[in-house]
Amino acid sequence: MTALETSVPAITAVRSTSRKPRRWGASLGWGLAIGTVLAFLYVPIAVLVLFSFNTSRSLSWPMEGLTLDWYRTLAGNEQLIEAVGNSFYVATCSTILTLLIGVPAALALDRLSFPGKSAFRKLVLLPIALPGIITGISMLILFRMVGFTLSLETVIIGHATALLAVVVTQVYARLQRLPRSYEEASADLGANGLQTFFLVTLPNIRSSVIGAGLLSFTLSFDEIPVTFFLTGRDNTLPMYIWSTMRRGLTPEINAVGALIVAFSAVLIVLSVILMRDKPGAR
Amino acid sequence: MTLALSKRNRLRQFLVLSPPLLWTVLFMFAPYTILVVYSFWRAQFPLAVPDFQFGNYIEIFTDPQYARVLLRTAKIAGLVSLLALLLAFPYAYFLAFKVRKPGLRLTLYMAVVAPLWVSYLLRAYTWKTILGTEGLLNSFLMSTGILSEPSSVFLYNQTAMVVTLTYVFIPFMVMPIYAALEKIPPNLIEASGDLGEGAIATFARITVPLAMPGIVAGFTMTFCLSFGDFISPILVGGPDGLMIANVIAAQFGAALNWPLGSALALVMLVIVLGIITASDRFERLGQARLS
Repeated sequence: MTALETSVPAITAVRSTSRKPRRWGASLGWGLAIGTVLAFLYVPIAVLVLFSFNTSRSLSWPMEGLTLDWYRTLAGNEQLIEAVGNSFYVATCSTILTLLIGVPAALALDRLSFPGKSAFRKLVLLPIALPGIITGISMLILFRMVGFTLSLETVIIGHATALLAVVVTQVYARLQRLPRSYEEASADLGANGLQTFFLVTLPNIRSSVIGAGLLSFTLSFDEIPVTFFLTGRDNTLPMYIWSTMRRGLTPEINAVGALIVAFSAVLIVLSVILMRDKPGAR
Repeated sequence: MTLALSKRNRLRQFLVLSPPLLWTVLFMFAPYTILVVYSFWRAQFPLAVPDFQFGNYIEIFTDPQYARVLLRTAKIAGLVSLLALLLAFPYAYFLAFKVRKPGLRLTLYMAVVAPLWVSYLLRAYTWKTILGTEGLLNSFLMSTGILSEPSSVFLYNQTAMVVTLTYVFIPFMVMPIYAALEKIPPNLIEASGDLGEGAIATFARITVPLAMPGIVAGFTMTFCLSFGDFISPILVGGPDGLMIANVIAAQFGAALNWPLGSALALVMLVIVLGIITASDRFERLGQARLS
């Protein structure tokens, strides 16, 4: 296999220059296939944003006219503003918590050997494939048994637990690409464990920690299945939207949606910029 | 000296390990264990009483309505995975083999992943507004004259659910398939061509087998995520679209039978874990065969 790989590049170079003229039937087919997927992905989002500007209450085509009224209604909606505040609180706290637990967990999985390691790994990574409802109800029963009152804080614990797997997988993947010799050199030069972590390991895994943090924040901000079971009287934004939806559909929901789309777009761009490893970091 | 060092090392290990270990024991191991214990309890006012009896499980396996819901859930999750695969595979293939500019490749890849960052609830909701009786699809079909009056066939059925869930979970199909395709050395495909295989034979005998781990991983993710969903069924599913997660949620809500709900959740857990284990084993089998 390796022998094959080393002997072939010369041929590859020759072949790629003498490429066959592309049949345009094939390009048309590819264009259609890719176009279908992109349209499937983005037409609904475009619809969501577009109808937030609709003058009429109903969401039907053609639109009657353009207005910013729905955004004005939003600005005056106290329940909504409170829910947004709650969501920021929950997402911030659960992101910090899940990073504080997840980064050491990834370190332990990569660098330490201890009894029960494989069971620990399985348990930590479980929520990534497990339906959120199972995390939600199992924690609900636990809190009920211990006698906790449901509140935003119980939601934070739930989110931090459910998001742990995201942080661990991202940071663990980065750690695996990080040569151990860096840390060994640091130790040989007399740095203690904490110094090595903060001055050598952390700067090298920085991009993955930030990326995991941003992703956790968005996922927590958007989370429903766990929140559904663990929240008390306070609503997070998705829970508020959920309860509004059940009363009826109005362009006001679309306006919230459009703002979330804009906010997410900013976060995506931010994460792409921040997660780009520096050329030497690989 | 070495003794002191190893003692310090052990202390450090302990400090690194204890927060995550404590957290996973308290908030993962304990709740899952309690879930198991609870599934043997009996529902009684105000909530439940400790017991050890199999009544909840017997009810699940004898009352045909649960089997029906489970089968329907599996069918919908299977259809979602299939539809997502049909859309995702050509897309990932195009990205891996046909796009030559790295910038364009990154953009097209991000185009699929980006919707994951946009609220799941809103992505499901927008389909409700598109498919509804007064929705976009109906008003569009009426304005073009294809329909003379709004039709209710688009929303509140299983097709609407399959479309919505595919829309929501398709990124989980594209990502692993692209990762698998990207790893295939192009010279393997060229070698197959040089040895006289046609494009279709090369595709069927080289590309697809090598992409299989990604296909299986994507299928597993999409299937499990759809299998556990309870939001889309309420938004677009209608009466014949309730899934197993809805039945579980109801036990913790209006039906107020937590022990039965726990037993149902465990049945779901076993199914999901079974699928994940099977796909894991398959992947390892594939890797062993390749190396």
